[in-house]
Amino acid sequence: MRLRDVDTVPFTFDGVTYQGVVGETLAAALIANGVRLVARSFKYHRPRGIMGAGSEEPNALVTIGSGADAEPNVRATVQLVYEGLAAFSQNAWPSLKSDVMAVNDLASPFLGAGFYYKTFMWPKPFWEKIYEPIIRRAAGLGGLSGQPDTDVHEKPYAFCDVLVIGGGPAGLMAALVAAKSGVDVILAEEDTALGGRLLAELEDIDGLPAMDWVAEVAADLRDMPNVRIMTRTTVTGAYDQGTFGAHERVERDGMTSAFWRIVAKRSILCAGALERGIAFPNNDRPGIMMAGAVRAYVNRWGVAPGARVAVYGNTADVARTARDLTVQGIDVVAQIDAAKGAAVVATKGRHALSAITVLRGGVEEEIAVDCLAVTGGWNPSVHLTCHMNGRPVWDDKIASFVPTAGAIPGMVTAGACHGVFDTMGCLADAAQIAEGVVRDLKLKPAQIDLPDADATPYQITPVWSVAGKGRKWIDFQNDVHVKDINLAAQEGFKSVEHMKRYTTQGMAPDQGKSSNVVALAVLADVTGRGIPETGTTTFRPPYVPVPIAAMGAGGGGKGFAPERFTTSHDASVAAAAPMIEAGLWYRPSYFPKTGERTWRQSCDREVYMVRNAVGVCDVSTLGKIDIQGQDAAALLDFVYTNTFSSLKVGRVRYGLMLREDGHVLDDGTTARLGDDHFVMTTTTAAAGLVMRHLEFVLQVLRSDLNARVISVTEQWAQFAIAGPQSRALLNGLLDAPVDDVPFMGWRDVTVGGIAGRLFRISFSGEMAFELAVPSRFGASLWDALNDAAAALGGGAYGMEALNVLRIEKGFITHAEIHGRVTAFDIGMDRMISRKKDCVGQTMAARSGLMDENRAQLVGLRPVGAVKQLSAGAHLFESGAAPIRENGQGYITSVGFSPTLGSTIALGFLDRGRARHGEVIRMVDHLRDLDAQVVVCDPVFFDPEGDRVRG
Amino acid sequence: MRINCPTCGERDRREFYYVGDAVALQRPAPDAGLDAWDDYVHLRDNPAGQTRDLWHHEGGCGAWLVVTRNTVTHAIAKVEMAREVAR
Amino acid sequence: MGFSGFRVLKEGLFGQKGWSAQWRDPAPKDEYDIVIIGGGGHGLSTAFYLAKEHGLTNIAVLEKGYLGGGNIGRNTTIVRANYFLPGNSEFYSHSLKLWEGMEQELNYNTMMSQRGIINLFHSDGQRDAFARRGNAMVNQGDDAELLDVEGVRKHLPYLDFDNGRFPVYGGLMHRRGGTARHDAVAWGYARGADQRGVDLIQNCEVTGIDIEGGTVKGVQTTRGAIRAKKVAIVTAGRSGQVAAMAGMRLPIESHVLQAFVTEGLKPVIDHVVSFGMGHFYISQSDKGGLVFGGDLDFYASYAARGNLPMKEHVMEAAMTLMPVIGKARVLRSWGGIMDMTPDGSPIIDKTHIDGLYLDCGWCYGGFKAVPGSGYSFAHLLATGQHHAPAAGFRLDRFRDGVGLMDEEGTGAQHNLH
Repeated sequence: MRLRDVDTVPFTFDGVTYQGVVGETLAAALIANGVRLVARSFKYHRPRGIMGAGSEEPNALVTIGSGADAEPNVRATVQLVYEGLAAFSQNAWPSLKSDVMAVNDLASPFLGAGFYYKTFMWPKPFWEKIYEPIIRRAAGLGGLSGQPDTDVHEKPYAFCDVLVIGGGPAGLMAALVAAKSGVDVILAEEDTALGGRLLAELEDIDGLPAMDWVAEVAADLRDMPNVRIMTRTTVTGAYDQGTFGAHERVERDGMTSAFWRIVAKRSILCAGALERGIAFPNNDRPGIMMAGAVRAYVNRWGVAPGARVAVYGNTADVARTARDLTVQGIDVVAQIDAAKGAAVVATKGRHALSAITVLRGGVEEEIAVDCLAVTGGWNPSVHLTCHMNGRPVWDDKIASFVPTAGAIPGMVTAGACHGVFDTMGCLADAAQIAEGVVRDLKLKPAQIDLPDADATPYQITPVWSVAGKGRKWIDFQNDVHVKDINLAAQEGFKSVEHMKRYTTQGMAPDQGKSSNVVALAVLADVTGRGIPETGTTTFRPPYVPVPIAAMGAGGGGKGFAPERFTTSHDASVAAAAPMIEAGLWYRPSYFPKTGERTWRQSCDREVYMVRNAVGVCDVSTLGKIDIQGQDAAALLDFVYTNTFSSLKVGRVRYGLMLREDGHVLDDGTTARLGDDHFVMTTTTAAAGLVMRHLEFVLQVLRSDLNARVISVTEQWAQFAIAGPQSRALLNGLLDAPVDDVPFMGWRDVTVGGIAGRLFRISFSGEMAFELAVPSRFGASLWDALNDAAAALGGGAYGMEALNVLRIEKGFITHAEIHGRVTAFDIGMDRMISRKKDCVGQTMAARSGLMDENRAQLVGLRPVGAVKQLSAGAHLFESGAAPIRENGQGYITSVGFSPTLGSTIALGFLDRGRARHGEVIRMVDHLRDLDAQVVVCDPVFFDPEGDRVRG
Repeated sequence: MRINCPTCGERDRREFYYVGDAVALQRPAPDAGLDAWDDYVHLRDNPAGQTRDLWHHEGGCGAWLVVTRNTVTHAIAKVEMAREVAR
Repeated sequence: MGFSGFRVLKEGLFGQKGWSAQWRDPAPKDEYDIVIIGGGGHGLSTAFYLAKEHGLTNIAVLEKGYLGGGNIGRNTTIVRANYFLPGNSEFYSHSLKLWEGMEQELNYNTMMSQRGIINLFHSDGQRDAFARRGNAMVNQGDDAELLDVEGVRKHLPYLDFDNGRFPVYGGLMHRRGGTARHDAVAWGYARGADQRGVDLIQNCEVTGIDIEGGTVKGVQTTRGAIRAKKVAIVTAGRSGQVAAMAGMRLPIESHVLQAFVTEGLKPVIDHVVSFGMGHFYISQSDKGGLVFGGDLDFYASYAARGNLPMKEHVMEAAMTLMPVIGKARVLRSWGGIMDMTPDGSPIIDKTHIDGLYLDCGWCYGGFKAVPGSGYSFAHLLATGQHHAPAAGFRLDRFRDGVGLMDEEGTGAQHNLH
């Protein structure tokens, strides 16, 4: 029933059309329409109604929308009504009213806390085949649509001097003091409106309705340029050094929400307090609500939760609630003062409350009601103060926990979450706390005159649970009642953490916001301890649940990681080359020609082309690091196992890098450009790693060295020109012939007037060069190289051919140097110079890393009927069973060599270097391959290296 | 988590790369013996309390930093340039 | 008193009055044959197997807080045997077999659910590395299958196969892998050990280890001195501090690993799925929550809580891999303390102090090892000999470089494992 005249729009709940007010909560609209039953509980499928009026709501979880956009587990108390809103109940079948799973409730005597740990064990296969699927289907609340999420979220940053969390009376006052003092303020409020409890209470400030004061302060704050007010923004987590996560529900510009990262020098927590219930028999029927929520529905939303209302509780809120209802003309049929020993001992009504039984002075009386407003007192919202392991402390005066001072560095608490419950006290507390914060920031606090507000002191007689028959619910969401906690204690789960984990109390979507303190009190009672000795569980982020899509905003699709493109990318795509991921880069797999139907045909042709004419390949993705300084050579001597100080200007040398633990880090070539100037290449995979490593060496290990390094990977486009015709190609393309460049040498060159560098290095075993030009000329050079290659019977080659060419030559990549191999394993231990120190030198000399029984790099060729080899296959002695005990190695790289007409492989084999010529067994269980292979030198082709020298 | 880089000012943790205990500042001599090297590469005090870590401001100025930090509270007491500490 | 469906029915009819405490709450005695420091999963399973396999029951487990309060109660519950290096393979294989018989062995439903683990790969190179792993698993006698992209699609139709930053090339399926109810594992071992006479002593913090002449004599605790012939350190997340009481430094750096759970949802994810190009893995609990995690926060920490960058990374990975879960809401995040070793593999060994034993360094893989670790450590404690499947977990392997088990190939930098 509505208490005011309003304009309404239609919305639906479970397909029935109702009328609601735009901007009110779905819960208010359902109450206005007399809808009592809105949900089924998690375990026993008990009928449940709306209990609260905020994000802590434990019962009224619904699904909003249908199809791909269906959003499960939305609190009806937070969802705003709009025209056409479609809400659906959850966890009930076939309907909310007649839910067959309610049979669980009948079986509840057998389904007490932890019953599932004691059964479902026989017969053994039944758990996975029968019990678990049934439990899984019955469990869960709402369902996801099964469609990709299309909501739009973003993740902005914000910075401020003071973050005020909560826009109730304390938050407004704190923000006002801080803002007037000149500090940058962000005021974050979860609700759509500022005011906090004042939105829901009938109170005066300075003799006028309290909301007038709120409006005045809000306007004042909005006018100040140093204030940012963020409503519908829940601060979800407190993290190190003043970082906070905050979730803002936006619903504008096609956006759904923003997940903010707020950095604040100081923060003032004004999060208020949450009301708690009382554990009395069958206290979960639809129509039994928190008293504070009843006042919110009546005073703020103008809807009546019932026509005949009883109020039950242990504070002055009983009288306050009765007063507010009476003001609205609602019949208050009973005020039950728990502080004086009165209690509700029974309730009636299957789908909605119809009557309560009150025990007063030893007399039981049944009273017909359709709503019962309950208060067990208020719990300060300490949640954020627990996020960095702070433990709240018990305060007897309010019979609840208050935050530990300093639990979050830079954070202070004020108002109700600080244990101050009257409005006047909140305002005064907040002003004083904010002044302290301002002084802490070395500013002079502005003097704000405190208005006159309600100063009724908070008095409470703790009442946790009452006697009587029937289940007394504590955690409504996980269906935990008093007996469950008693049983947990009886079975030895007396620690609060044990009780929580055994009963699941506090582990539901509200994370115990409505139930933890009552549960703790019940546990303290049954174990004969006081509440402070019993302790408390902690609260962890987020304060309210946050969609994965919000915190993962930007990560969907290609947004997960940057994409890096070479200058030849577009040309490769235009040539129909499939582009494959190489780290963050994209590289062409192969360049298909008309008539080629498989990648192998293209790859074979490209290999043949390089071996017989000329191929061109973009190698820009390799890391390039420019090294300069008088100690540049000394730096290289220290990071490479071999010596670079002896390298002559104009020459290039292959180098091997180790980690400090003696294993191989990376390899590559480095050219000496001048006495104090080198350019290093790294593998594509390790480019960032090596750059970081060089800085580490220069700044940490060898700060005595005078040298500087900078990554120039992006600045240079670099292309390999490989094959017998490579020199002819370059002589035709470059501005001057390059006949004088020796193998492992480099020259400055110009191409079309553009200055570049030409390195004579080879990763294919052919005579080959790499030509580097500034990146902006990369695309045009690539075109020119392709044309020139085509004229010589060659063309572009991709990663597949590059891989075959290097396997034919036994050149290693990170398939071989996979982090566990040593220089010894790849036959390069002699490259570790003993004449100087280098990273990894000492540890590489450990016996374990030089053991001749270690697996060593070998080549492998098929010699039996099975010609196919596979990377990832394991190696065994011929005839040995393919089991772990017989394992002798594994294959790392495989390719079909058109040059040799055979599949060839590289791999690691125990004592492999001494076993060339031996026939062994290769088994790949996963691909069903079992082949006889002969061990050989890893260099399959041109072992003397005649071709590379031309 | 935020680190006050001496060059760049206070920056978010995601700009930094972490490498662990600042033991690296005391790299043993090549001939210091296996025990010293085992100690350097593998063994750690691993304190629950104040520690000195090495961080690299990779997404910023590129400086390697020695950060004095509490492993229990994550409070940062001091940030120094590794190059200066290493001297 | 055994647990059974019959008893659940009977107690249901009689108001649950017949259940007694699942373990006693004894005061510590002056002396034990073996004192186990740490009442987590590994400590409790060690106690259980000492009693069950070796008949040793004059044993105390000392726990500074509550039983199962460490990483056993804050992990993502995954059980698997998909390692590929000798030394790890046989250990985890043995552990998985113990998992498969755990409920009957403990008379406790630990809800072992062999729903299958799929490790996705996103390049040819990753496929080959997973093939090597899968072949090692089959060599060991465990199960592994290499799925191509269509094979993955059959199991995980909800992945983003078309728009993801790193396309799915396939996956390594390990059918016997799955999940279990983590707390129940601790409680089941605790109850089993208690029933066999082991004293489980909670709220008893060890403050010192007594050593005379190179031999351990006992421990000092907040509840008094306790003499012991053997002392076993099984204190994940505190290994360094406890070992320091014996004057030892360990090859361990402790890091925080975060984990996440969403609100309860109807079944949507039926396997354990891991992403190969970012840090993200996920399963769905029987209660309906999506349980997921990623990588270390990458800084030494004992705070058992993490920061936003890794949270966001994990959820970004979720969105590129399976945008179908975008509307699921994260309910809770937490952190565990991971004792990282230089090669990412654990230590089960004697120490240079006579009678002092170590079981530590489980990195972020301790949960699946709980039964195997307890079994092997109990064997070492009882017999003085390494249990064969755990013989590779020597403490000295780092020093001499023999038998390193670096599954991830990242080397001796603690924070890279």
